[in-house]
Amino acid sequence: MQIYEKDFLMKILEDMLTVRKFEQSASDSFIKGMISGNVHVCTGGEGAVVGANMALKPTDFITASHRGHGHCIVKSRDLNRTMAELFGKDSGLCYGRGGSMHVTKVENGMLGANGIVGGGIPIAAGSALASKIDDDGAVTVSFFGDGATNQGCFHECLNMAAIWKLPIIFFIENNQYAVSVDINTVINTETLAERANAYNIYNEVVDGTDVLLVYEATKRAVERARNGEGPTLIDCHIYRFTGHFVGDPAKYMSEDYLNQAHKSDVIDKFKNYLLYNNIAEKEEIEKMEKAIDEKIILAKQFAIESQVPDKSSMLDYNYSCDNERSVAR
Amino acid sequence: MNRTITMIEAIREAIDEEMALDKNVIMLGEDIGELGGPFGSSKGLLEKYNENRIIQTPISEWGFTGIAVGAAIRGKRPIVELMYNDFISVCFDPIMNQAAKMHYMTGGQAKVPLVLRAPTGSGRRGAAQHSQNMEALFAHIPGLKVVCPSSPQDAKGLLKSSIRDDDPVIFLEHKVLYPIKGNVDDSIDTIPLGYADCKLEGTDVSIITWSRQVNFALQAAEKLAESGIHAEVIDLRTLVPLDWEAICKTVSKTHHVVIVEEDVRRCGFGAEIAAQIGEELFDELDAPIVRVASLNTSVPFSAVLEDEVFPNPERIVTKVIDLLKE
Repeated sequence: MQIYEKDFLMKILEDMLTVRKFEQSASDSFIKGMISGNVHVCTGGEGAVVGANMALKPTDFITASHRGHGHCIVKSRDLNRTMAELFGKDSGLCYGRGGSMHVTKVENGMLGANGIVGGGIPIAAGSALASKIDDDGAVTVSFFGDGATNQGCFHECLNMAAIWKLPIIFFIENNQYAVSVDINTVINTETLAERANAYNIYNEVVDGTDVLLVYEATKRAVERARNGEGPTLIDCHIYRFTGHFVGDPAKYMSEDYLNQAHKSDVIDKFKNYLLYNNIAEKEEIEKMEKAIDEKIILAKQFAIESQVPDKSSMLDYNYSCDNERSVAR
Repeated sequence: MNRTITMIEAIREAIDEEMALDKNVIMLGEDIGELGGPFGSSKGLLEKYNENRIIQTPISEWGFTGIAVGAAIRGKRPIVELMYNDFISVCFDPIMNQAAKMHYMTGGQAKVPLVLRAPTGSGRRGAAQHSQNMEALFAHIPGLKVVCPSSPQDAKGLLKSSIRDDDPVIFLEHKVLYPIKGNVDDSIDTIPLGYADCKLEGTDVSIITWSRQVNFALQAAEKLAESGIHAEVIDLRTLVPLDWEAICKTVSKTHHVVIVEEDVRRCGFGAEIAAQIGEELFDELDAPIVRVASLNTSVPFSAVLEDEVFPNPERIVTKVIDLLKE
């Protein structure tokens, strides 16, 4: 077992709690009708988001699936504008044009959540291609769900990443459900990881309820990528505490799964690890939680108090040059 | 200097010159390496720019078109060559849902300066999956620009503008035009997107068209002149953005409109132009708008059938004479 600095471990806890509490606040706002559209939260999968992100530099890049709030928060470090985007406000990261499924902050390397299952995979591979051409040392991680591994673009991009040795990590957030379908009923292999063998890509299965294992696996993959050894596929087993979207009755989810999910809560496990090993005191964690709660309340308040976009700006951003003529006819 | 070159040579020169000018310009596509492209658009470029910039891909259109989108967001200027525009069916997500919408969805954060070059059109006995005209499909999607050149000069100047443009541009090259030679004036560098070209001035009827049909329209105009009918031929060159001023000018001049397109008639881009003229220039019209388009059919293989599907100069002449008779 590797020894980590306390600051590092507390940062992991802080990030996971921030993502969890952000998602809880977003769910609550959605149920109360303050957020419209579709909201997909990553509660139960915080270990994947945070563990992987801790292995990255601010200069690295990521893409996320439709379940991308957490990734956006840890990469952008902008709770307020991420929340405001969910509320469709002008102060949102995308000025209210994207919403929950499209939270993006390009300048921080968050190349976007994506509403198309698997849609971010080619974009991430393209980002990795740009890094390879420029030899800039950056790594791109594409986060996507187990369901995306049945899309053609997954297989096409694994192949191209392998032949071109792209600095990319294909990171499967494997919560076992592709919307409502048990992933094991729509694949014919033991694991998703072994799909990478077809492309001669290094792959591993990781227990996503242990955030340090996620961190370590990602770190190995990042090193491989930076050393020019090409892509890695990580099949990270996580849980989804809720249905596909907030409000999904999710009757298709088995009791066993949900019991196991809550018993294996990555945050509880990590808290216990910190307490058991005398790394942190209970009070310290409580204090941290309180501080995060306040930040989330402020983010929500920021979102509520922000202006909605001006109607006159509706056609902006369709084109980056000659927009007016291009949208006119 | 004036030179006479084919359209495919003009396209290759445009790519070559832009690659020399900007190291971020890269090219992706099938068979573009040693072979120099299925139609020869990248001949000699691999030797000049190496495999980091002339990126020969496997036959994975969804993947490599999407990869180009990602590279574009990261500041590259990818030119994607799709072997035939018909193949858009297997890579439509990166074009329709990613490239076209990225700038909008991200509130302007992500630019996608990508050019999708795609051979288009009928007339080469390619049958139903290698002969379609798909400009209306692309023009329908907000966020895309659509360019349809008809000559080597336009192909070169418009392609150079498309590569420098910060938005995704669908650049449709008619396969039948590839080997046709035309004059290229080297003093012209870029031709801006969104400006039509009046190919022939006339007073009696406006033939509004683009791509290969420009040549047919000019041949028809020649025939019509023999009967004393002076047709004006407008080559739109770019469908998005559309040169509405040029359309207004010609309609107000001749008061008779014939729209010629090689795409199928139903929901073709000609229908859009007709609708806009009908809505806004109705008072200028002395007769109903006429469309000459391909029949609403898949493109047949057999030559005798295929030649019946798309417009030709004779059909344009007949339609114009019928229109002016009324």
